[in-house]
Amino acid sequence: MTQTVAAPSRASTGARRRTNANQRRQNRAAYLFVAPFMLVFVLMLLVPLFYSGYLSLFATRLIGGSQFAWLTNYIRAFTDADFLAGVGRMGLFLVIQVPIMLCLALFLALAIDSGRARGAGAIRLLVFLPYAVPGVVATLMWGYLYGQDFGPIAQVFRALGFGAPNLLSASTILGSIMNIVTWEFVGYNMIIMYAALRSIPSELFEAAEIDGAGQFRIAWSIKIPAIRPAIMLTVIFSIIGTFQLFNEPSLLKGLAPNVIDNAFTPNYYAYNLAFINQDVNYAAAIAFLLGIVIAIVSYVVQLSTQRREARAS
Amino acid sequence: MRKNAPRTAVALGTGLLAVTLVLSGCSGAGGTGGTTSTKTVSQADIDKAMNTPTTLNFWTWVPDIKNEVALFEKKYPKIKVNVQNVGQGAPHYQKIRTAVKAGKGAPDVVQMEYQYISSFNVTGNLLDLAPYGASKLSDQYTPWVWNQVKRDKAVYGIPQDAGPMGNLYRKDILAKAGITKAPETWEEYAADAKIVKEKTGSYMSDLASSQAGQMLGLLWQAGVKPFGYDGDKGVTVDVNSAKAKEVASYWQKLIQEGSVSTDPDFTDSWYQGLANGKYAGWLTAAWGPVFLQGTAAKTSGLWAAAPLPQYSSGENVSGNWGGSSDAVLKTTKNPIASYELAKFINNDAESTLQFANKQFLFPTATKTLESTDFTDQKADFYGGQQVNKLFAGISGTVDTKFEWLPYMDYAYSSYNETMGKALAAKGDLSAGLDAWQKSLVSYGTQQGFSVNK
Repeated sequence: MTQTVAAPSRASTGARRRTNANQRRQNRAAYLFVAPFMLVFVLMLLVPLFYSGYLSLFATRLIGGSQFAWLTNYIRAFTDADFLAGVGRMGLFLVIQVPIMLCLALFLALAIDSGRARGAGAIRLLVFLPYAVPGVVATLMWGYLYGQDFGPIAQVFRALGFGAPNLLSASTILGSIMNIVTWEFVGYNMIIMYAALRSIPSELFEAAEIDGAGQFRIAWSIKIPAIRPAIMLTVIFSIIGTFQLFNEPSLLKGLAPNVIDNAFTPNYYAYNLAFINQDVNYAAAIAFLLGIVIAIVSYVVQLSTQRREARAS
Repeated sequence: MRKNAPRTAVALGTGLLAVTLVLSGCSGAGGTGGTTSTKTVSQADIDKAMNTPTTLNFWTWVPDIKNEVALFEKKYPKIKVNVQNVGQGAPHYQKIRTAVKAGKGAPDVVQMEYQYISSFNVTGNLLDLAPYGASKLSDQYTPWVWNQVKRDKAVYGIPQDAGPMGNLYRKDILAKAGITKAPETWEEYAADAKIVKEKTGSYMSDLASSQAGQMLGLLWQAGVKPFGYDGDKGVTVDVNSAKAKEVASYWQKLIQEGSVSTDPDFTDSWYQGLANGKYAGWLTAAWGPVFLQGTAAKTSGLWAAAPLPQYSSGENVSGNWGGSSDAVLKTTKNPIASYELAKFINNDAESTLQFANKQFLFPTATKTLESTDFTDQKADFYGGQQVNKLFAGISGTVDTKFEWLPYMDYAYSSYNETMGKALAAKGDLSAGLDAWQKSLVSYGTQQGFSVNK
């Protein structure tokens, strides 16, 4: 096999060598361009990842020191009601908040793209603006707005003669956090979708319009299918973002210390395990499991839409 | 070319593995327990150390502490002190732990609240200051404060400030309810609270659902000994003792009557509550009076200070909430100079008086507590009352024997999830204490301590 392949190539060795040298030089350039990224990627992502994987296999106690513990930490996580409750809470968050946020973003993107809305530029900027506010600042601001005694929302309710709602109670806190996250990220997702909408060739709309399609028909049958990859991107980003929720619970805890517990979100739980319980090993295991959960959910979502697309075509 | 790819991947992989192994090697050295050299340091050693050019790193959050440090640098011109604020409370301790674990970048001297001393001792991070002369300082400090920094013969920090507890209240609001003097017993306090709520709508005070420190101070006053630690493996947890439950049931009644609120403290809404009369009082520590002056400035002159109400009349005991010391980390390369810094700023007459009068840290050194420069000050905010004198008196009534767990970070956070939840829900506080107990025992056992055995 190798001989038959090698034989004809001998004739053109000279040319081969030249292209080889050329190609090698090009390859070298490519590696050189990728190198800075790879270096940071390895140092800041792979090394810590391996290290925390290594840590998660140990058990360190305040008395008795560190011991190799195989998968004990992972087994513990599967029976840890706090961790599972946190994952469940984020599942609920995912099912409720993400569709609301993305539908809103899509609606806004379509509205601005249609060119019918007046002051589209200003709307675009205003909707996007919250994303420019750091998450920490946003949470502090909303925390003030939610305040039961002196918060503006409560004051409006009182002025209208209703009782002030407690937006930081056990039953309302998840909704309050959903509201903050939606406020923060609608604009961001809208911009991704809007950018995708702008890249659809306009002949399609013209053709559709000639065929008598209205704006809604165009949006539904042309625009949304055309930007499906962009929508997928925002879905995946939102899934990752949801499971990584950290700023909002950790800051609102100051206002509602008894409502938000240490395991409110899995990410916040990992942080508390490491820095309050001083259990770095278990925290590493939780972080790893969280990564796996995110990967699985993202994969399932992607797979299901791909399959639907395959069926459609 | 493509054939090479797997090989490079393997090389990369092994390289990474090597790196992780090297990295993990560093963290392996986390010694437990403290073996300390008992060799005392001679005056000659001290003189030599203080005349050698040295730079010390000092982590603290105390505002303007540079002024006291400057006094130290003036006395020992060869020593340079680098003061850094890495955050207050939890972030501060997290950074110390991280630096100690990393084996690099840890400071020489650190600010250390009393309740955290055991937590850092259990991992062997604090230097025993006794051989450097700290044991000789014992009679210069309030006895209960000194008990906070010592264990057997070892001394783990030089006391800086303390928080003996008292009662700050709004004279005008109480007067509106027809009450002219501060309640002397808890029984009176409960009766007054009911009247105040009925006649003025204000809560008598706020028992914050997020504040283990305040609750522990009140338990401290009642003579409860919730925690114990033998310095090694033995831990005692008794937060749900009969006495503790008595205290809890007292507060439960007031909370359910609606005369005491349970809002989380140190939040915007709580600050406003103090400033606009939502709360008619605040059971707080000796650092509270000045803090309140800043928070509720527009209510100046309306406040007064009194000792905590007592369980039986004629008694005079108090508890403590807060306060801290300066400790030296074992990793320091300059133990003598570090000790001298901790000692000087917290022991020198000029330095301690400056702490007390300029930074309003409530003093722990008896000579400062007795100094008329401190006690005779009249506070306008409290209608000209000599608040310092009052709290200096209270300082002597704090029960001396109160210990902490070697895992107070966890104890505080778990308080919020057990007792704090019960407080916020105006629910069963006794069950809250039981839940706290259970969580502290199970965490301690899991961490390798022998709990209550």
